[in-house]
Amino acid sequence: MSVSRSEVTVGMELPSKTFSITRADLVTYAGASGDFNVIHWNERVAVSVGLPNVIAHGMFTMGLAINVVTDWAGGPEFVTDYSCRFTRPVVVPDDEVGASIEVSASVLEVTEEGTAIVSLSAVCEGQTVLGKARAVVRLA
Amino acid sequence: MLNASFIGRVYPARGTYLVGREKVREFARAVRADSPVSLDVAAARAAGYQDLVAPVTFPIALAMKAAEVVIMDPELGLDYSAVVHGEQGFSFARPLVAGDELEIVVTIENIRSAAGNDMITVRADAATLDGERVVTATMLLVARGTAA
Repeated sequence: MSVSRSEVTVGMELPSKTFSITRADLVTYAGASGDFNVIHWNERVAVSVGLPNVIAHGMFTMGLAINVVTDWAGGPEFVTDYSCRFTRPVVVPDDEVGASIEVSASVLEVTEEGTAIVSLSAVCEGQTVLGKARAVVRLA
Repeated sequence: MLNASFIGRVYPARGTYLVGREKVREFARAVRADSPVSLDVAAARAAGYQDLVAPVTFPIALAMKAAEVVIMDPELGLDYSAVVHGEQGFSFARPLVAGDELEIVVTIENIRSAAGNDMITVRADAATLDGERVVTATMLLVARGTAA
C-alpha cells in the first residue's frame, strides 16, 4: 500500500534502520549485481591500491539504504527516482561483526504532483558515506 | 586527460537484457529488499504486476554491463584500474518487472577534469523492444589521478 498525501508532512522522519554487513554479504552482493571488482573481496588488492581494507560496493550501501524509503512507501514500485554521491568508503573488516551502517531519512518536500522528496542519510563509524541522497516517492 | 569531443557520443544497444525472476529475487535478498512484490510472484500479481518488481537499485546490473562499451572504448582511453564510482542516479518511467526485455542505449553525457581526476558521466537508457522507456541510470565515474 502506498502512503497517502494527507499522511505526509515536510520534515517528518521515516523509521530508521541499521544494517550490519560482513565480508560474506559483499560476496553475495557481488554475485547478485555482477560487480566483481577485487577491492570488494580481496584485502591484499584493496590495501595495495591504498585502501585501509576491503570496502563495500557503494551500490550495496545505496541498495541497502533505500529500504528505509521503500518500507515506508509501501514497496519499490512507489520510488520513481533515487540518486546519491559516494562520499566515503565503508570499510568491512574480516570478522563476524563486519561494518554497521545507520540509515535515516526525512521528507524534504511534498510536491504539487503528489510526490514526496525524501532525503536519506547513511552513517558508518560516525561518518556519512552517502552524499546528497534523495529519493522521490509517488504518493496516493 | 579524456577527450572532451566524446561528449554526446551515443552507443547503440548491443543485444538485449532480459530481467530474470530469479535474478530479481537474488538481488532483492542481497540488498535485503524484503518487499513481497520483489520476492513473491503472487504478491506482485496481486499488486497489478506481471511478475516480480525489481528493487530500486537493480538497474545498476544492466547499466554497468551496458556502460562497459564506454569504459572499454580504446579510443576514449579511460584507465579502468583507477576508476571509482562517484555518483549514481536512477529515474523510472515505470517499475522494472521480471520478464522485461530491454535495449540499453548508452550516452556520454559529460567529461570534465577536476583536482587531477578525470570525470565522466554516462547515461544508460533502458527501453522495451516496443520503445517504452522504463528506466534511466546515470553514473559518474571518476578516474583518480589520470587528468594530469
